[in-house]
Amino acid sequence: MAARVEERKAPWTDPREQAYVRIEDVSKKFGDFTAVDDVTLNIYRGEIFCLLGGSGCGKTTLLRMLAGFETPTEGRIFIDGQDMAGVPPYKRPVNMMFQSYALFPHMTVEQNVAFGLKQEGTPKQEIEARVADMLALVKLQDFAKRKPHQLSGGQRQRVALARSLIKRPKLLLLDEPLGALDKKLREHTQFELVNIQEKLGVTFVVVTHDQEEAMTLATRIGVMNAGRIVQVGTPHDIYEFPNTRFVAEFIGNVNMFEGRVVEDEADHVLIDSPELGASIYVGHGISTAPEAMVWVAVRPEKMILSRDSPGTTTNAAQGTIHEIAYMGDLTIYLVQLDSGRIVRITQPNIYRHADRPLTWEERVWVSWHESSAVVVTE
Amino acid sequence: MAPQISYLTLGQRIVSMIDANLQLLAQTAAYRWSVGVLRRLGITGRGLVIAVPAIWLLLFFLIPFVIVVKISLAPSVFVGQPPYGPLIEWTSDHVLQLKLHVRNYRDLFGQDALYFQAFVYSLKVAAVSTVLCLLIAYPMAYGIARASPNWRNTLLLLVVLPFWTSFLIRVYAWIGLLRNNGLINHVLMSLGIIDEPIVMMQTDFAMYVGIVYSYLPFMILPLYANLEKHDVTLLEAATDLGATPMRAFLRITLPLSMPGIIAGSMLVFIPAVGEFVIPRLLGGTDSLMIGRVLWDEFFTARSWPRASAVAVLLLLVLVLPIVIFQRYQARETSGLANR
Repeated sequence: MAARVEERKAPWTDPREQAYVRIEDVSKKFGDFTAVDDVTLNIYRGEIFCLLGGSGCGKTTLLRMLAGFETPTEGRIFIDGQDMAGVPPYKRPVNMMFQSYALFPHMTVEQNVAFGLKQEGTPKQEIEARVADMLALVKLQDFAKRKPHQLSGGQRQRVALARSLIKRPKLLLLDEPLGALDKKLREHTQFELVNIQEKLGVTFVVVTHDQEEAMTLATRIGVMNAGRIVQVGTPHDIYEFPNTRFVAEFIGNVNMFEGRVVEDEADHVLIDSPELGASIYVGHGISTAPEAMVWVAVRPEKMILSRDSPGTTTNAAQGTIHEIAYMGDLTIYLVQLDSGRIVRITQPNIYRHADRPLTWEERVWVSWHESSAVVVTE
Repeated sequence: MAPQISYLTLGQRIVSMIDANLQLLAQTAAYRWSVGVLRRLGITGRGLVIAVPAIWLLLFFLIPFVIVVKISLAPSVFVGQPPYGPLIEWTSDHVLQLKLHVRNYRDLFGQDALYFQAFVYSLKVAAVSTVLCLLIAYPMAYGIARASPNWRNTLLLLVVLPFWTSFLIRVYAWIGLLRNNGLINHVLMSLGIIDEPIVMMQTDFAMYVGIVYSYLPFMILPLYANLEKHDVTLLEAATDLGATPMRAFLRITLPLSMPGIIAGSMLVFIPAVGEFVIPRLLGGTDSLMIGRVLWDEFFTARSWPRASAVAVLLLLVLVLPIVIFQRYQARETSGLANR
C-alpha cells in the first residue's frame, strides 16, 4: 500500500491547500463525561482519513458530530467553508454509512438506494437511472428486488455503501465499514472501497478500531485516545515514527525499553536501560532534559537475531529462545533476555530450508541498527 | 421512581422456580413410568403441549359456539323452558326429521331495518373509537418507547393501572365527571367559562369518551411493544439521507409500526363492536348498538333463536378483519413477499 500513498498528492503538506473539513477546538461532553476533548483537525478533499482508536475513545462521537447527530459542546465544525453549527443532518452535504448498516427492512435494495434521491424530489426517471448505475458499481444489479434480510453480510454492506453514495456527497462518513464482515471478505472489500473512492473522488472519513483496516485504507490516520487526537499522520508516519508510547503500542507490535538518557548530543543519544541489560544508542538527537526517563520502541521485524555477537556493546543483548511460532511467511521468536525481559522478534522466512534453524532454549544475540529505534518521552 | 423489581425479572424468577421443581419431578420413578406408558400409547410431549390449548378451545369456544349455532336455527317457543324448539324430531311416521329455521337469519335482513342499522351503527362506533384510540395511543406509546429505561416501567405501569379497578366502577366514575352537575360542568361554571351546564351524559360524545378511555391501554400496549423494538439508527439514516424528521417518521417509523397498529386496532375494534355496558350507561337511548339488540332479544323479547342468529352474524362480521390480520402477519413473518 505504500506505493499508493506516495503516488497520491499529499494536500496536507501544501500550505496553500484549503481544508475541506475543519474541526476547530471541538469538545463534546455527556454530563460529566468528556467524549471528545478539544480536537482540532483538518481533512482535505479526496482524502481517506481514518479515525483510529479503541472503544470509547470518542471517534464515533466525532463522526456523529460531522453528520450532525450530536452538537459540539464547544468548538466549531466547517465543511467546505460553511459553519455547520445549527445545520440539521438532513441539510448537510454529508452522508454516512452506519456500522449496523441501518438498512430499511421494509424496503427493497432498490428502494433503499433510491431513498436519498426521493427526498430531494429527483425526477423518477433520473432516480431509476442513477440507482441502476449505483447498483452496478457495487455489483448488486441482480439483487434490486430483494429485501435486506435476504442478503448476506457482504451484500448488505454494499447496499449501505450504495445508499450513502447515491446523492453524490462530497464527504462520506463510514462507521466501522468492514466491522461485520469476515476476514476474507474484509480484505476484498477494503480494496473495493478504495477503488470506488478514487473513481468518485469523494472524501472519506472512516472510523475504525482495527489498525490493519486503517493502514490499508487511509491516506492519513488520526489516532485517538480518551477523547483526544494523539497523532495525525500517514500510515507510514504513524507506524515508523509514533510520537507516544500509546501510539507505538496501539499500532502493530513493539518492544518497549525504559531507560535513562545519559548522553544527549545533536547527532545521537545514549540511553542506559537496565531492562535491556545494555546501553541503547540512537542515531538522532532528541530534545529532552538530561537524566530524563524515556522509552525506546523497536519493532519486532527490525530486530536482528543471531548466534554470534553482533560486535557492538550498544543495542545488543544476549538471551535464550523461549518460544517459536512458525507463521509461514514469517517466524515469531520470543526471546528471554538475561535481564529477564521477553522480547518479540519476527524474521521473514526467505529460504525454504535453513541449514541449522534456531531452536528452543538456544543462546542468541538480539540486536538492532541505530536508526531502527524510536525514542518517545511520554 | 421505577419499581425495584421489574416484571421481567419477577417472571424469570417464577419460571426458574417452576423449572427447578419440574426437574425434581422428572427424576422420580413414577414420572418415568408414566412417560413410558404414554409413549407406548403414542402420546408424545409435543402432542400433550398442543393438546392443552386444543382442549381449551374445544370446551370453551367450539362447543358453546356449536350450541349457539344450533339455537339460531331452532324455532322460537315463547312459552317454555328453554325458549326454543328442537332441531331434530321424530315425525309421526317414525322418520328422523331435521328442520333448520333459516327464518331467524332472514329476519335480520328482512322487513325490520333495526338489525341492519344496529350492525352499521356498531361498526361505525367501533371504527371511530379505534381511530380515536390510535390517534391518542400512538404518541403515548412512542413517548414511552423513547423514554429512558428507568421511566419506561413506571409509565407502562401507569397505563395498566386502571385495570386494577373494576371496569364498571371506572365507567360509573365517568358519569360523575360528565353529568350536568358533575365535576367538569362544575369547574367550568365556577370558572365562569359557561353559564349553563353542557349536556354530555346520554350523548354519543360521552359514549366515545367511555369507549376510548376503556380501550386505550389495548392500543398502547401492542404499539409500545412494536415501537420499543425500533432501531433508532434507521431514523438517523433517513435524516442523513435528507429526510426531515416528519418524513422520516412517515416513511420509516409508521410503516414499520404497521403490525402494532393492526394488532392494537383489532384489540379495540373487535370488543368495541359488541360493546354493551358503555353505550348503555353513557350513551343516548337512541344509540342502538348490536350488543344492546342482543341483550334485548335475549332478555326482553326472550327470542333466543333470533338473539343467537345476531350473535353468529356478529361473529362472522368480526372474523373478516381477523382473517385479514392473520394474512398480514403471515406475510410479514414469512417475509418473502415483495411490497
